[in-house]
Amino acid sequence: MKKRGIDIFRLPLLIGAASLAALVIALMGDGWHDMLSWAGLALPVIAIGYGLTRRSA
Amino acid sequence: MTRGTIKTWWLVHKWTSLICTAFLLLLCITGLPLIFWHEIDELTGAHVDAREMPAGTPNLPLDVLVQKALARQPGHVPLYLSFDDEQPTAYVTTGPTPTAEADEMVFDQYDLRTGEVLPKQPEGGFMDIMFRLHVDMFMGLPGMLFLGFMGLLFFVAIVSGVVLYAPFMKKLDFGTVRRTRSTRVKWLDLHNLLGVVTVAWASVVGLTGTINTLSTPIVGYWRNTELAPLIGNSGGTAARYTPGAIQPAVDKVMRAAPDTRIQFIAFPGVPFSSDHHYAIFLQGNTPLTEKLLTPALVDARTGAATVITDTPWYIKTLLLSQPLHFGDYGGMPMKILWALLDIATIVVLGSGLYLWLGARRRPASDHVREVRAGAALNEAIPAE
Repeated sequence: MKKRGIDIFRLPLLIGAASLAALVIALMGDGWHDMLSWAGLALPVIAIGYGLTRRSA
Repeated sequence: MTRGTIKTWWLVHKWTSLICTAFLLLLCITGLPLIFWHEIDELTGAHVDAREMPAGTPNLPLDVLVQKALARQPGHVPLYLSFDDEQPTAYVTTGPTPTAEADEMVFDQYDLRTGEVLPKQPEGGFMDIMFRLHVDMFMGLPGMLFLGFMGLLFFVAIVSGVVLYAPFMKKLDFGTVRRTRSTRVKWLDLHNLLGVVTVAWASVVGLTGTINTLSTPIVGYWRNTELAPLIGNSGGTAARYTPGAIQPAVDKVMRAAPDTRIQFIAFPGVPFSSDHHYAIFLQGNTPLTEKLLTPALVDARTGAATVITDTPWYIKTLLLSQPLHFGDYGGMPMKILWALLDIATIVVLGSGLYLWLGARRRPASDHVREVRAGAALNEAIPAE
């Protein structure tokens, strides 16, 4: 089935926005700022892990 | 997306990638140990701890350290004095002239309380080589600017890659990695997945790297425009350091800007100062103001001090580009994530090279067919 642009880019956009927010938020402070930042930057790594472990199409 | 549009973006992606890939691989590979520079120095003993002394032991006047450094290097002038974040030591950089090249400079660490010089590793070690390869490939400013241009091409390659991701993924779910089919389709899928999830991080690290390569021209522009009235015309000769001048200058600035600490001092004539000022760069207390340095200029002749509170946007951009490129502002977990994303980028670069090598004699129209089908050339692509 063909997808529309929004379907293709929904997850990449979410991951990209989380990464950017993570990069900025760690600049704003330490402590919980850093923890949020780690969570945001972990998303692309988790997505790669998902692709590598998911059952092959 | 029409065939023609895809072909245009495919050509942009191919050529920007081909030109920058070798250099980006160099940057990603040398950058990997640089993320952990501090930790590696501690493990290898390159990091020397200052002597334990009772808390509250007073510091010597900074001029004592400067004069010790000059006594060790006759004929040199002081260039920079910078402070360690973690222990009571300062680094004094001297050189034969204020505009000396990096390899003519001498850099020693001094204990602020005793003035003794701390032992250091000989230069030219593994980390020094990684650093120089990463910054300018041992070619000074031209090498630095060249790598900056490669960073720009890398960004164009990222953008064109995102454009091609759309037609390729038309019939595929996010995260698809087809491992049971040909090697080419597996690497196409990995290239797409790793590429698209690292877009934001790689763009920021790439573009801030490019901005960092422009620090010399950016600071030069600032000196020649907004700072020009303050700096005045010196007639082109740098003021000589007079012993005893630094500590009073620092005291004056610290009174004018309380709640700050000094990150580094630039002596007259060096690129970060003017010919007749000591430039004192102050850090605030939050991660943001710690990076957004506030400069203060102290006239070497009159002792008059000016704190520059309104640094222009391009200087702020330059200053923020450093942490955003280094990934050194969010503790060890951030460094580990930085390293993982760096490795992912190496895989994207390597797989891109592999995909090009495997089909470099095929016409562009074959590649367009591959992108449109979301499949590999060497597999049966269904006729449309």
